[in-house]
Amino acid sequence: MSLRTRQAATPPSVGEKVKTNAVALVAGVLFGAGLTLSQMIDPAKVTGFLDLFGQWDPSLAFVMAAALAVTFLGYRLARIQGRPWLAPAFSMPTRKDLDFPLILGAVLFGLGWGLAGYCPGPAIAGLALAELPTLLFVVAMLAGMLLFHVALEERD
Amino acid sequence: MEIVNFTPFSALAGGALIGLSAFLLMLASGRIAGVSGILGGLLHPVPGERGWRIAFLIGLLLGPAAVGIAGGSVPAPSFQTGTLGMIAAGLLVGFGTRLGAGCTSGHGVCGLARLSRRSLAATLVFMIVAMTTVYVLRHIFGGS
Repeated sequence: MSLRTRQAATPPSVGEKVKTNAVALVAGVLFGAGLTLSQMIDPAKVTGFLDLFGQWDPSLAFVMAAALAVTFLGYRLARIQGRPWLAPAFSMPTRKDLDFPLILGAVLFGLGWGLAGYCPGPAIAGLALAELPTLLFVVAMLAGMLLFHVALEERD
Repeated sequence: MEIVNFTPFSALAGGALIGLSAFLLMLASGRIAGVSGILGGLLHPVPGERGWRIAFLIGLLLGPAAVGIAGGSVPAPSFQTGTLGMIAAGLLVGFGTRLGAGCTSGHGVCGLARLSRRSLAATLVFMIVAMTTVYVLRHIFGGS
């Protein structure tokens, strides 16, 4: 009886946890390397793309197009094997409705992104370049996330 | 409009690496490679959910060094706004990406790859708002 209960809620073994963390580390390095190689960790490169009506640098669109193409095919390949290597199921967002928080959140994010040329990925990877303005941005970003968590996020 | 500083090959190669990252995380762990979600999830840790998030963020920090070691060039950042601007932008990006449940990676790459309607809407909105912000700052207030 106790054995059955334990099996039903078997936590991942130490080996599985190590593998999960190792995969996440490699995925993080690939992500950060991609942002660096494409120069997206330079805010000027990003605002160069966002300045559509000035001197325009289309590079960011090529970054997104290549990332999207590989991810699109990759997700389909991942689905074919039924379940992930190291987890019981795929964790996919399930919501489909367009609601006010989604749109307002995107508006606020767009304002900050346009102002600084930083979105979360390049800002975190950019910390490695040891520049004070990047650190300021990241600390403020964490404060903004914490504010959301404290003020609005539903507890469960 | 005048096209400047366009680097199509490194953009495609870098984008492909980001796609590989998203593919690997889904294939192995069934997870979406959305940076704001991975970071935000650390603020209310679910048991067993902390380790991989921290590992991913450490990897992200090691990305520039990995490119340097492999012989690639690591760009020096040039900043677009001053101290107050950076703080305001950080607050907006942090709060906005959590309220809107995603950023450029979660909605713009992973969400669009899943053909999510919510991600398409969010991506269009933050792109248009960011472009408008740069337009206003540079060409209306900036005078260039």
